[in-house]
Amino acid sequence: MAVDTKSALGPRGQASQAALAHVPNIPGSAKPDPILDVHSVKRSFGGLTAVDVEQVQVQRGAITALIGPNGAGKTTFFNLLTGFDAPDTGEWTFNGQQVAGTAPYKLARRGMVRTFQLTKALSRLTVMDNMLLGAKGQTGEHIYAAFFPFLWSKQERANRERAMELLSRFNLAEKSADFAGSLSGGQRKLLEMARALMSDPELIMLDEPMAGVNPALTQSLLHHIKDIREEGTTVLFVEHDMDMVHDIGDWVIVMAMGQIIAEGPPGAVMKDQNVIDAYLGTHHDKELTESGKSLTVDSDPEGTHS
Amino acid sequence: MDIGFVLAQSITQALGVTAIIYCLAAIGLNIQFGYTGLLNFGQVAFVTVGAYSIGVVVVTMGLSLWLAIPIALLASVILALILGIPTLRLRADYLAIVTIAASELLRLVVRSIALRDIFGGVNGINGKIGEQFHALNPLPAEFVTPYLTFSRQDAWVVLVGWVIIAIISFGVWLLVRSPWGRVVRGIREDEYAVVSLGKNVFVYKMQALILGGMVGAMGGIIWAIAKQSVQPDTFVPDVTFFTYTILLLGGAARIFGPIVGAILFWFLLAGVGEFLSQAIQAGWIDFLKPTDVGPIRFILVGIGLMSLMIFRPQGIFGDKRELALDGR
Ligand SMILES: Nc1ncnc2c1ncn2[C@@H]1O[C@H](COP(=O)(O)OP(=O)(O)OP(=O)(O)O)[C@@H](O)[C@H]1O
Ligand SMILES: [Mg+2]
Repeated sequence: MAVDTKSALGPRGQASQAALAHVPNIPGSAKPDPILDVHSVKRSFGGLTAVDVEQVQVQRGAITALIGPNGAGKTTFFNLLTGFDAPDTGEWTFNGQQVAGTAPYKLARRGMVRTFQLTKALSRLTVMDNMLLGAKGQTGEHIYAAFFPFLWSKQERANRERAMELLSRFNLAEKSADFAGSLSGGQRKLLEMARALMSDPELIMLDEPMAGVNPALTQSLLHHIKDIREEGTTVLFVEHDMDMVHDIGDWVIVMAMGQIIAEGPPGAVMKDQNVIDAYLGTHHDKELTESGKSLTVDSDPEGTHS
Repeated sequence: MDIGFVLAQSITQALGVTAIIYCLAAIGLNIQFGYTGLLNFGQVAFVTVGAYSIGVVVVTMGLSLWLAIPIALLASVILALILGIPTLRLRADYLAIVTIAASELLRLVVRSIALRDIFGGVNGINGKIGEQFHALNPLPAEFVTPYLTFSRQDAWVVLVGWVIIAIISFGVWLLVRSPWGRVVRGIREDEYAVVSLGKNVFVYKMQALILGGMVGAMGGIIWAIAKQSVQPDTFVPDVTFFTYTILLLGGAARIFGPIVGAILFWFLLAGVGEFLSQAIQAGWIDFLKPTDVGPIRFILVGIGLMSLMIFRPQGIFGDKRELALDGR
């Protein structure tokens, strides 16, 4: 699996891996060109500190994986960064601008678009309408213009075309007229991702995009995510499947109990004792990926092993 | 028993002023609840504001009806802002609580003794409220509605009323099939998903509340003009619940839902009532008194509506497939 995906690395993928090559593998390390820069973000629920991140940066143009055991605080961290939840303290910049306290819809407009771990397909809208909602800057969304179709029908047609393109990429083209509520769980995940892409985000944040997607489709999705990167979009995703993280991640950030405990390229991170401890407890004799390749990848950075 | 008369009475009611008022209230509620998913349990408040604004401006202040109508619509916008600003950022149920409370509060304010000089207390406002409108009646003085039993004055109101409904329905149709309509339907399904796509959900909800409120107020305006009287105790929460019944009967989130719902609701209510009265008079039913007809017809219509909800829960115009989906 790793063989063909690594070898299929496009120019942007190579560039971002090269850019990250000299970043030290320590939590909170500075990136050459951060799109997201987070400082001391803290969020507690009653007595429980769900997120307590000292410092973390996300490299522009790269695919960054955010991993960690259940309850580590990954989703909460996503909610905070995208403005869906408010931190107790902390600030962060997106594209160099302070965005703490910015309304979530404004962040989305600025190009920071997220998906949800529990999918939010709009059930009683068609798949196509779901997609069209993702498009930005629609004239017809203004209440006065809405009454005059000639003001927006051309834009609508263009959006429709684009939506169809994306839908066929995600194997949903023949579903476009169906209600989104009639899709399977995996298809909803795909729809949500495609919908997020409708807005041409600068940074797309995917919360477990592969959960419930069948393995055959996972492969093509991995390609899609790499394509997204090749088109210049930064990807930050949460995932539990280590093989997938390994396949497409340029960089991995590990969270446990609300804190960033490790960072680095996939191979190095999965060998990190702290990470293995966080996932498996201190007594273990297992490996994090099914094939165990993470433990050998460093000796073979080109990924030409099997 | 005169079946022809029962039918004529029922159709008169089905197309009459009351049906028009409820139809407008239901069109407004359809924008708010049917399309946007806003749980407005105080639609009667907008009808009240519409009717009382007309009464106060025309009778209390002695100004023109043509000035009163825009003032009434403006007042409904202000009410929507007052209700919406504190609640639309919160969960859906808050709006429900606030609107039902506000509608009762409003009724208690207009019937209060302290403000009797403005709103007329329990007697409400009576007088030549709709005179300027009725003066424009083009129907000949000796006009008799064929078959139906409208007075000349009511026939004029009904004519204008249905034209207004047609215009508003056309506007709603334009709106909901536009990208704006797509956003509000998205909000009905899951507002966080819509936020994540960069839409200012609060603004859309506010717009829907205002628009729906204005259409509801239009119902109140017609009420005041047609009945030439505004009584506080007609604006009880029942009005809101009848409006919901009408909307669900016709089918929520359907352009023709409120229209068909209102016509059918008043047809059934009047038809059952008239039929019972006639049957009692004719001696067919001897265990009921004529005074029982009022409550009994509500019971019968209620049972009918319950069966409809069981056997056709999507309403007359609704799409069954939509209900099968797990709406979250
Ligand atoms: N709204 C909330 N109220 C109270 N506690 C919460 C809330 N949201 C999250 N938590 C707690 O915060 C911690 C982090 O939760 P979070 O959902 O961020 O984990 P996660 O890393 O996304 O886990 P998973 O991989 O299972 O999705 C958990 O212990 C959770 O119980
Ligand atoms: Mg999570």
